[in-house]
Amino acid sequence: MRATPSALLQTRGLDKQFAAPVLRGVDFTLNPGEIHALMGSNGAGKSTLCNIIAGIHRPSGGSLLLQGAPYRPASIRDAEAAGVRMVMQELNLFPNLSIAENLCFNHLGNRLGVINRRMLSARAREALARLKLDDLDPHQPVSTLGVGQQQLVEIARVLAQPVKLLILDEPTAALTDPQIDQLFLQLDALRQAGVGIIYISHRMSEIQRVADRVSVLRDGVMVATETARDLDIDRLLHLMAGPAMVHMPAAGGSRGPASSEPRPPPGEVALRVESFGRRGAFSDISLELHRGEVLGVGGLIGAGRTELLRALFGADLADSGCLRLPADGFTREHRFHNPREAIAAGIGLVVEDRKGQGLLLDRSISMNISLGKLPQLHNRLGVVDDAGIARQCERLCDSLEIKRDSLTQAVNQLSGGNQQKVLIARWLLQDLDIVLFDEPGRGVDARAKLRIQQLIRELAARGKAVVVVSSETEELLALSDRVIVLSNGRLAGEFDAHTVTEEELLAASFHHYVGKERGRAPVTEVSP
Amino acid sequence: MSRGILSGIHMPWNSLGLVAVLLLLVLFFSSQSEYFFSAVTFRTLANQIPTLTVIAVGMTFVLLIAGIDLSVGSVMALCAAVMGVLITDAGWPLFAAIAASLLTGLACGAASGFVSARWAIPSFVVTLGMLEIARGGAYLVTDSQTRYLGAAVGRIGEPLAGLGVSPALLAALAVVALAQFVLQRTVFGRYMVAIGSNEEAARLSGLDTVRWKALVFALAGLFAALGGVFQLGYLQTADPNAGIGLELSAIAAVVIGGTSLSGGRGSVINTFLGVLIIAVMQTGLAQLGISEPGKRIITGAVIVAAVLFDQYREPLARSLSWRRQQKE
Repeated sequence: MRATPSALLQTRGLDKQFAAPVLRGVDFTLNPGEIHALMGSNGAGKSTLCNIIAGIHRPSGGSLLLQGAPYRPASIRDAEAAGVRMVMQELNLFPNLSIAENLCFNHLGNRLGVINRRMLSARAREALARLKLDDLDPHQPVSTLGVGQQQLVEIARVLAQPVKLLILDEPTAALTDPQIDQLFLQLDALRQAGVGIIYISHRMSEIQRVADRVSVLRDGVMVATETARDLDIDRLLHLMAGPAMVHMPAAGGSRGPASSEPRPPPGEVALRVESFGRRGAFSDISLELHRGEVLGVGGLIGAGRTELLRALFGADLADSGCLRLPADGFTREHRFHNPREAIAAGIGLVVEDRKGQGLLLDRSISMNISLGKLPQLHNRLGVVDDAGIARQCERLCDSLEIKRDSLTQAVNQLSGGNQQKVLIARWLLQDLDIVLFDEPGRGVDARAKLRIQQLIRELAARGKAVVVVSSETEELLALSDRVIVLSNGRLAGEFDAHTVTEEELLAASFHHYVGKERGRAPVTEVSP
Repeated sequence: MSRGILSGIHMPWNSLGLVAVLLLLVLFFSSQSEYFFSAVTFRTLANQIPTLTVIAVGMTFVLLIAGIDLSVGSVMALCAAVMGVLITDAGWPLFAAIAASLLTGLACGAASGFVSARWAIPSFVVTLGMLEIARGGAYLVTDSQTRYLGAAVGRIGEPLAGLGVSPALLAALAVVALAQFVLQRTVFGRYMVAIGSNEEAARLSGLDTVRWKALVFALAGLFAALGGVFQLGYLQTADPNAGIGLELSAIAAVVIGGTSLSGGRGSVINTFLGVLIIAVMQTGLAQLGISEPGKRIITGAVIVAAVLFDQYREPLARSLSWRRQQKE
């Protein structure tokens, strides 16, 4: 591929490898005055590509050209000096400083470090006016703004400096419709001024509205770049999902080792969820968990899957709907106020953020495993039965193949896979009826991942009801009997994991992100 | 790499380090002053230690869950005042007065702990409030007058016949032993460590973190009251101005003992060694004729040095154990 003389940015054969390859030979061209949408399912490599362009990561291979000249940013600072700026999904504002101070943070004072308030607010007003945010007082602290306004201030902050290439990662997630209109007006103005914009979003309707071209990444490979006008949603989904693959149990292969036998009929109901909702996270979720069944939860990152599991477990409060339990014959409406209540009702959660919320990192393996079971592992005086704990932990560690020097070893000395197994062992020790797994295969080596998948199937085989959230379609289908898909906080379909195609799952994932003006045919539902 | 039978006994090498520091201090002061290594010195120490010891034990638990209790000095004064007034004005028998005093401390601590844990307010702020409340309470109860109790309480601090140590010292040692046992061997001890290491993980494991945190502060209040009882026995007066700044001495002792201010790591035995180091330094420096300002400066420097040492101890220990693993 030769250099296009007019291109603003070109990547040639871009490779990036972390533990596994994330980008493979990506060729991508952004023209000046173009809004170029970047699409792909979870883990397709969109963020990695943008992070390389913005100077956060360095490529493992290939090259970049900015306006025809080699471009190798070693840091965000380098990229910004070249006029390349990214608006992050997480807000990077200082909540206790004023809007003006945030907007001009890099040029706050004069040479003596003294701040001239009047000059500051004049500069801030100018930056705000561009996004039609004239009604905001520049002296107002950022913490008093809503999330949407903060997002706009963040964009205004980026635009307050000279920019040639702008990267926006899901900029409209927190915005209201009028705010989105303002943003698009500004993007249009930037386009007129010759700025190139890379726009990451799941929202098809927005992409059709603003984008000139669309590029689709799949598993780190750039599979297509097309004019946005010509692209219809079915074709886009097809591009993102790849060649249609039907997962047949008979085909074996991708299915977990424990599930090659024909699927048993679902067992009795272990939990009934009715119109469950939590404001700002998910709404109107109704489903049933069955004993002996693995229920997979698919969907895009940010669709509300983690939030749903946390609310089921009582880690966050649900604010509508209820749970019904077999213990009282489904007669009473429950909502758990804390994890303790959920555990008492027989529900455990293997959290996604295992270092931050799961493990006591500098504590021993046995302490981490026994933590939840301690109320049953002591004598009348509250003295811990260390011998009993050691015996049970040793047995669990052996069966989960946790590599260790001894049970007293601190868990931060273990590999990610073994840490995950320790966390899972904590719930196995308690022998609960329902176990929720949030991204059980994340940050885990291939062997440990396989063992964890086996374990999840074994739990179901032993009559537990299991729920697995996973962003990897392959893992989701290998593990589950039944899959539900969340899209934009709502239920977008329920499928038999043995017959569903990746494309069907992807279509459901995008279902509630597609604008009202172009409603897709309702997703095929399979009654359980 | 403790294995088998040895895994039950924890004498970490930092305990040995503290013992070594203590011995060095004793040797140093003995060589500098002919009076230091004498019965008089040890009687002085034995009288001073019990109060700080039990208060520092409570503080160890509080720091272990990543909290702090600034109110223990005031709470001690309030509890001693309650006891003093009940004996002198109301004519209560000694043991009833002690019980009332302990209950007062327990209530103060439980109140701070509950407010801080239930509404997620930093314990620094809540106990700062309690510091003022309890001090005000002490003035109110005593009418701002120091009460003289005399022989009625003297036997708490008097050496027992035949043993040579006072009931106060015996009780303080028992508290140290019991607290170390609780920390090391009971469910409550594990919960304190878990909450201090990662409170969210503890909550998501099903712990009632509010209840356990409140209990820790309640115990700190109880131990402050016990410290008040000991001090009353020693000084035989209930002074509403007692214990000003005592919280800082207690924190100093805990920190010298290597308990982490960020929670999750600590040892009661080491706290006791910290108390001994502070007490020996105070007494020794006084005997060397060093003035009060000088004593303070030196004590302050020792606290900072101890924390500094503690910061760099862990990487050091890790590299040592790593090397040992390489050899195996």
